[in-house]
Amino acid sequence: MDYALFVMQVLNGLQLGLLLFLVASGLTLVFGILDFVNLAHASLYMVGALVCASLTLVLGNFVWALLLAIPVTALVGWTVERLVARRLYGRDHLDQVLATFGLILVLTTLAHLIWGPQGISVPLPSWLKGQLAFSDTLIFPIYRLVIIGAGLLAALGLYVLVTHTRLGMLIRAGASNRQMVSALGVNIERLFAIVFSLGAVLAGLAGMLVAPITEASIGMGNGIIITAFVVIIVGGIGSMKGAFIAAMLIGLIDTLGRAFLDGVFKLFMSSDAAENSAPAVSAMLIYIIMALVLAFRPKGLFPPKVR
Amino acid sequence: MKRTLLALAAAAVAGSLHAAPVKIGFVTTLTTGGAVIGKDMQNAANLAMEHLGGKAGNTQLELIFADDGFKPEVGKQATDRLVKQDNVDFVAGYIWSHVLLASRKSVLDAGKFLITANAGPSPMAGKLCHPDTFSTAGQNDQTPMALGEVLNKKGVKSLYIMAPNYAAGKDMVAGVERTFKGKVLGKDLTKWGADAQMDFSAELAKARDSGAEALFVFYPGAAGGAFAKQYNQAGLNKTLPLYSVFTVDALSLPKLQAGNLEGVLGSRTTQLWDPTLDNAANKKFVADYKAKFGAYPSYYGAQSYDAIMLIASAVKATGGDMANKDAVRAALKAANYDSVRGKYTYGNNHFPIQNFYLREVVKDQGGVWSTKVVDTVYNNHQDPFAAQCAMK
Repeated sequence: MDYALFVMQVLNGLQLGLLLFLVASGLTLVFGILDFVNLAHASLYMVGALVCASLTLVLGNFVWALLLAIPVTALVGWTVERLVARRLYGRDHLDQVLATFGLILVLTTLAHLIWGPQGISVPLPSWLKGQLAFSDTLIFPIYRLVIIGAGLLAALGLYVLVTHTRLGMLIRAGASNRQMVSALGVNIERLFAIVFSLGAVLAGLAGMLVAPITEASIGMGNGIIITAFVVIIVGGIGSMKGAFIAAMLIGLIDTLGRAFLDGVFKLFMSSDAAENSAPAVSAMLIYIIMALVLAFRPKGLFPPKVR
Repeated sequence: MKRTLLALAAAAVAGSLHAAPVKIGFVTTLTTGGAVIGKDMQNAANLAMEHLGGKAGNTQLELIFADDGFKPEVGKQATDRLVKQDNVDFVAGYIWSHVLLASRKSVLDAGKFLITANAGPSPMAGKLCHPDTFSTAGQNDQTPMALGEVLNKKGVKSLYIMAPNYAAGKDMVAGVERTFKGKVLGKDLTKWGADAQMDFSAELAKARDSGAEALFVFYPGAAGGAFAKQYNQAGLNKTLPLYSVFTVDALSLPKLQAGNLEGVLGSRTTQLWDPTLDNAANKKFVADYKAKFGAYPSYYGAQSYDAIMLIASAVKATGGDMANKDAVRAALKAANYDSVRGKYTYGNNHFPIQNFYLREVVKDQGGVWSTKVVDTVYNNHQDPFAAQCAMK
């Protein structure tokens, strides 16, 4: 195995991990603080991407479109919280799953009506299109480095917000003991609306960042939401630190599995058997990790301290 | 004279009203990202109905669409509903090989005719061939086999392969490996379905590292556009030439043009059909499709248009008598209609024996990115599984 390929695959894994973190952090915030299972988180990811894609085509500039799409996604999140989520906080998880699954269907169909099934290809500005050559063999697309940068920035922003601001203090308090927070006179409704919108923005941002790589289309969130749930379960539900570490772990395991598993399998089985089994096993890999974590640490790797 | 004509016309109208309409079920993907293909097929099938005036001879045709949701189990349910509830006479459509393989038994056990307008999984051309199954597309392996010949002609010595991990993906890989004479340096089968893998960073890095001379891919529908973009973003268009099947097409090109991904211009792919094929039926189909829907049809559309036309030709030939299955079967096998790909015949396994063309992505007169035929790779080509089919 040569060094350049390995470095590239690690970078690919980090990039996937950071996208996963953006989705999972919103999910874990909403789940941890609001005790609300939001399957429709994936739809907010899709909405963010579609809004950003449309704005890119209108404004002709991806960066401005992204900056403008963030408040729009926050507004969509806030509306969803007001109209749907707020009524479900007191209900049990199964009701929430049912309702938010319905919400997925509604939002997907709305998106289908507005944007059609074909999806939107998002053009990048020319300075993001190229590749950075670290050496002859180590060549990496600039835009994927930008995703890594943006993801790290968002993670840092969240860290500062959660650990060094009053809002963050309330969020942490809410995650540990909701009743106590509201008993202390905090406007819990407003806090919930803010948290929900923040979650929507994080998911939307992930969608916006991924759109120029794949495309913005209906149903794009289906795959990532399952993986995001795996991330928060592995990381410990409600834990931001857990979400970050688990997202990196899952991103790296998934990418490196896809990259090197067939080579590893070829060491001890026939070439044909390796080619057939490696894709199947690499698709399962993250679930195997989840099963192991659930078996040995049922609360995840980094459960929030008091629950 | 006038009176007798009127009476005849009235009798004809009355006759057609009395005869039971022939129902065609059409299974395709109308939701999820796969809907971009389904929409094209639906448009083309509707256009065929419009060209037919909703009738085959004196028999009224009725077309019912159903959504497979890009999932085998949902496709099978939709097929069951068409066969049992709507009691259709034909079930046509099917983009995806895994959906078709899951649904075929529902159609055939009920004694209905199955017309596949895209999927051509190898078992159905070989051991699972059936007298009531016909294809207006081709067998999956044929298109990549043609591409393999193109690679040989170009003198390409080594290849890296990427395809989705499902029935058709495996057929495509087998197809290109069947004819390509050089060395395959690596292969990736990626996750497919409603939550398909759309980010190919790890695979593209491996392809670059493999040192292969060319890259072969099969990524139909939305994945095709996504793949083409990432291939360009990775800068591979400069070092690793791309050869694809069912990837760069009338569905992905408008998006690639909107995103100005010029790297795709000049890229080559093999196909059984092209909008520039010079025959009257094709000219009418392409012109009317463009006028009505504002874009080029894809081969999915062309094959769907043909599926409706093939069914109509058989219904017309038998006077709408669906009870006489032998006659309907014989009429289908004759392929006596104006296919948009030009004349073709059916082999013993009821898959077309037809030409395959090399197409190149070009700008048309109006500056729209489309394809044109640059070479004929195969003349009257039959799929390699026909020999395994027990039908004679």
